[in-house]
Amino acid sequence: MIELQNLSAGYAGRDVIQGVSLSFPPGRVLALLGPNGSGKSTLLRAVLGLIPKSGGQVLMDGAPLETLSPRERARKAAYLPQTRSVPNITARRMVLHGRFPHLSYPRRYRREDYDAVDRALELAGAAGTADRPMGELSGGQRQRVYLAMALAQDAPTLLMDEPTAFLDVGHQLRVIATARGLARAGRAVALVLHDLPLALRGADDIALLSGGRLAMGGTAEDVYASGALDQVFGVSLRRVETASGWHYYYE
Amino acid sequence: MKSWRTSSTRRGRALLLGLLCGLVLLSALLSMCLGASPISPRDILPALLNEGDTAAAQIIRYARLPRTCGCLLAGAALAVSGAVIQSVLDNPLAAPNIIGVSSGAGLAAALCGALAPAAGGLIPAAAFAGALAAVLLVLFIAERTGASKLTLVLAGVAVSGMFSAGIDAVVTFIPDALNGWSDFRIGGLSNLAMGRIIPAFWVVLAAMALIFSLAGEMDILMLGGDTAQSLGVRAKPLRLILLALAAALAGAAVSFSGLLGFVGLIVPHIMRRLLGEDSRPLLAGCALGGAAVLTLCDLLARLLFAPYELPVGIVLSLAGGPFFIWLLLRQRGGRSHD
Repeated sequence: MIELQNLSAGYAGRDVIQGVSLSFPPGRVLALLGPNGSGKSTLLRAVLGLIPKSGGQVLMDGAPLETLSPRERARKAAYLPQTRSVPNITARRMVLHGRFPHLSYPRRYRREDYDAVDRALELAGAAGTADRPMGELSGGQRQRVYLAMALAQDAPTLLMDEPTAFLDVGHQLRVIATARGLARAGRAVALVLHDLPLALRGADDIALLSGGRLAMGGTAEDVYASGALDQVFGVSLRRVETASGWHYYYE
Repeated sequence: MKSWRTSSTRRGRALLLGLLCGLVLLSALLSMCLGASPISPRDILPALLNEGDTAAAQIIRYARLPRTCGCLLAGAALAVSGAVIQSVLDNPLAAPNIIGVSSGAGLAAALCGALAPAAGGLIPAAAFAGALAAVLLVLFIAERTGASKLTLVLAGVAVSGMFSAGIDAVVTFIPDALNGWSDFRIGGLSNLAMGRIIPAFWVVLAAMALIFSLAGEMDILMLGGDTAQSLGVRAKPLRLILLALAAALAGAAVSFSGLLGFVGLIVPHIMRRLLGEDSRPLLAGCALGGAAVLTLCDLLARLLFAPYELPVGIVLSLAGGPFFIWLLLRQRGGRSHD
C-alpha cells in the first residue's frame, strides 16, 4: 500500500502541494478531485517520485520512496500520465512495454510477458485492436491500450491522471467500471477526475484538493455530506435517489 | 501508397530486413567491381584471399576494399547515430550533421591533425571527444532552457556553425592539418587505407553492440520522460549514455569519411516509415540501409563523371534531398501526441 505523510512537492522551489496525508488502500477506488491547478497531477507525480518532494514522506509498502530503485517503484505502482505519446508501433507492442519493470538488462521479453499482455488487453477491452498501429486507433481505443499497458505492469497500485479526458460518455463509464473491477480484484486504484457525479457514483473514497492542500478526504458519502465539494468548486451539487441508486446533479 | 506503409507484422519486417541485407551485399559487390577499371566478380575472391598479384588484385586490395569497407562502416554508423539522436531527443529534425555532432568531431580531428600530425591513430579518439562535446553542449542547452523541439535544433545549428568555423580556422592557420584531405568538408571516401578504418571499426562495433543491447530502454524512452520513469527507467542517465554512444558512432565515421551529411537524417526516416518505431528492427534497418545507401552513392560518385570523381557528399545531398522531399510529400503523419 502507498501512504503519503505530510507530503509537500512542487516545481522550481514553489510548492504546489503542501502537507498532504493520504493513503491508497487496496480494494478501493479513490477519486482525486479539485479545481484546475489544485495539485492533483503534481500529487500523483510526487507519489511516483517523478518530481522531488520538498517535505514529508511517501511510503510504498512501508519503505520510504527514496530507498527504492526506479524499477522497484515501477513494480509497486503503475501510472497513466495525462499526456501520452503515440509512437508508430502496434498496440500489443505498446502494452508489452508495461512488462519492462519485470525484465533485467538486456531486456528480452519472455513467454510469461506475452501472456500477461494478452490478459491485460482482454481486461482493458483492447484485445480487438491489439495488432493495429497506435496511430490508426481512435482516442477511446488508444486510451484502452494505455490502460492495458498499465495493467500489464501488474502493480498492486494503479494511478491514473485524467483517464476519462477526451472520452465520450460511454467510454468514461467503461473506464470507471474497469477501475471498479480492478479494485474488486484487490488493487488500489486512484483516478484524477473532473466529473463530480461520475466520481461520486464510481469511487469508494474521495480526496478533495484545494490550493495544494487536502480540503477533505473520506468516503464518497462523507465528502458529499460535508458540503466541501460545493465550497471548493463553488457549485451546488444535489442528488436524488432513483431505482439504480443516487443520481447527482448541479442545481 | 500501401507499399510504403509501415510493415508492422513480424514477417513483413523480417522480409524487409532480409531485402536490406541483400541490398548491402549487392552494393558491396558492385562497389568492388565497378570503377575506373571494371573488375570481374570472379577475380574478387582470390584477390581478397591474398592470392595473385595481378593489377586487378592490387586494385581490389588497396583501393576498392578499403573504400567499400569505409562506405559500409560510415553509412551504418551515421544512420544508427541519427536514429538514436532522433529517438533520444524526440526530434525528427535532429541528425549528427545538423546538431553539430559531426562538425564537433571534425574540429577535434582537424585539431588533432594540426597539433599531432604524426599520431594518426588518435584521430578516432579525438573525433569521439569532439562529437561528445557537441552532443553534451546541445543536451545542456536543451535541459537548461527546457527548450522546445525547434529551439533544440536551432541551438544545434548554432553549435554546428561554431564548430564548422573552428574547422575553417584551423585549416586556414595550418593548411596541412587535414593532410590534403580535400573532401573533408563535404565528405568523401577516396584514398582510404585500411589503417584508417580499423580503429574506427572497433569503436563502431562496440558502440553498436551497446546500443542494440539498450534497444528495449530506447523503446521505453520514446514513450516520454514521465512514462519511462514510471516504468522503472532512469531517463536522464539513459539519455546521456545513448547520446554518448551516438556520438561515438558519428565521431568514428567522421574520423575517416569527413563531414558526410544526410545519411544520418534520411535513412532513419525511411526506416521509421518502412519498419515502424520498434527500436531493434529500426536500428538494424538503419545499419543496413545506411551502409547500402552510402555505398551506392559512392558508386554513383565514381561512375557519373568517370574518370573524374565527385566527393560522395555531393551525390548524397543531390540524391538524398529530393528523395527526402518526395517522401515527405507522399506521406503524412508519423508521431503525434494525444
